[in-house]
Amino acid sequence: MPEVFTLAQTPVTAHSFSADRSQLAVSLNSNDAQILTRQGLEWVPTVTLSEHDKLITSIDWAPNSNRIVTCSQDRNAYVWQEQPDLETGKLVWKPTLVLLRINRAATHVRWSPREDKFAVASGARAIAICSFDPENNWWVSKLLKKPIRSTVLSVDWHPNNVLLAAGSADMKARVFSAYIKEVDERPAPTAWGSKLPFNTVCGEYSSPAGGWVHTVGFSPSGDVLAFASHDSSISIVYPNGPVIHNIRMPSLPIVSLSWTSEDTIVAAGHDCRPFVFSGSEGGWQEAGTLDDTTSPRSAEPRSGFGPSNSVGRLRTSAFATFRDADSRGQSAIAGSASPTADTKLLTIHQNTITDVRPYEYSGSNVIKVSTSGVDGMLVIWDVNAVVALTGRLGGAHLM
Amino acid sequence: MNLQHSVMSNVLRPYLAAVRSTLTAALTLENFSSQVVERHNKPEVEAGTSKEVLLNPLTISRNENERVFIEPSINSIRLSIKIKQADEIERILCNKFTRFMMQRAESFIVLRRKPVPGYDISFLITNTHTETMLKHKIVDFIIQFMEEVDKEISEMKLSLNARARIVAESYLTAIQG
Repeated sequence: MPEVFTLAQTPVTAHSFSADRSQLAVSLNSNDAQILTRQGLEWVPTVTLSEHDKLITSIDWAPNSNRIVTCSQDRNAYVWQEQPDLETGKLVWKPTLVLLRINRAATHVRWSPREDKFAVASGARAIAICSFDPENNWWVSKLLKKPIRSTVLSVDWHPNNVLLAAGSADMKARVFSAYIKEVDERPAPTAWGSKLPFNTVCGEYSSPAGGWVHTVGFSPSGDVLAFASHDSSISIVYPNGPVIHNIRMPSLPIVSLSWTSEDTIVAAGHDCRPFVFSGSEGGWQEAGTLDDTTSPRSAEPRSGFGPSNSVGRLRTSAFATFRDADSRGQSAIAGSASPTADTKLLTIHQNTITDVRPYEYSGSNVIKVSTSGVDGMLVIWDVNAVVALTGRLGGAHLM
Repeated sequence: MNLQHSVMSNVLRPYLAAVRSTLTAALTLENFSSQVVERHNKPEVEAGTSKEVLLNPLTISRNENERVFIEPSINSIRLSIKIKQADEIERILCNKFTRFMMQRAESFIVLRRKPVPGYDISFLITNTHTETMLKHKIVDFIIQFMEEVDKEISEMKLSLNARARIVAESYLTAIQG
């Protein structure tokens, strides 16, 4: 069974775990980031990181160097580091300024695998690649601009610390070189190319039906790219050829994805439940979901029917079912006590999932992922507990 | 009467089902800061300054007098309803009724203060609404509104006619007497 935590009544816009998973940095749809510490079955807020003056859009916690980077719609990013306080000697989180040089909202941030750089996606049609300048004690940036034509919605690093994938609202996913002379040594040739000066476009891929590309991700080896777009599809790209597999789904769009091994992806979004995709260069398919909506939940029983039960003496559930079908175009799912009239969804998450991240590794494979959602919940899923998809949508009351 | 009612409902059902599915698919919103004005965050469907974040608007119509117009975008959707108006009385009643509602738009949260041209009433749903309210309940609310508004107007018309009859009767008896 997945572990379910309710962090807040507000949306969780982003979350990131510390290396030992005892702490969690979250943005609860506000200007402050919070660090929560696990105490038994609860997450207790311990530190508040306040420096931003607009909504924090993304957080990333570097596991080895133990630094947190936050970015926000106020056009800024800060790197937070735990340092001893000058007076008391206690460890406190201190912010360092990042000179982003962007003039629109920052939307997404990720540390590079070696943690000496990070990439900030922005609404200024640019991606800022930031590296540390020890002389001035701040982070400086170089901008990837061409040929981005709209807000960049997500970024992801290749394991070689140089290549960067970006998905943007101009319906394209791209692979860039983010090579910075002062930081990186010359990278070995990869499947994406061999000569890689800064801002080389190594690949540009359109979403199949013209949807904003919400999320991108490199496979653990870095040889495969996956991206999901607003046309409810997920695409897997093999750069040699290139071979592109598109999977179109009957559900609502995906907004976040995470590779769990070289041949599986966990992705989630507006359908409120994580999907699992698996395959290889020969072909990809939907393997199922991690959220078993058919299993009986021990949670609170669902109440019979909702607000519109004033139909005189004919107050039976069968009558209500047919009346709803007739007057509202709403059909109850057979067998259950009219869940359509209910306020609770059948899935664990009660609203859009905003972030899927790897939680626990076994060797090079991810065995658990964590998801956070607009409903304020954090759920930790076992990626091997895949159940086949039933016919209906999880989050939507349709059909 | 009974037969007529069931025929009408059969037409209403696929209409409302189509509106429900479209609305559910369109309400896939996210927080999106303006890429034109610094530090602003506004409904893109209203601002209309970035073409690529607007989706194709679509009309679902039941007949020439009743239709729904849905304009989706990345962080907001606008839904406009054309309410059935068969005669002059219904036109007046509909106008008064929607005016009454729109003057109190704050208490309806998702209601827009002015309708889109060519429609009687418009709703503006933003990502803040889908974050603070349950999405399927917003859909339910719109569907319920569409269902009730016709009923409301025909009820008002009936009571208006009844009242007119009583007034005319008492007036004429006064003359007779």
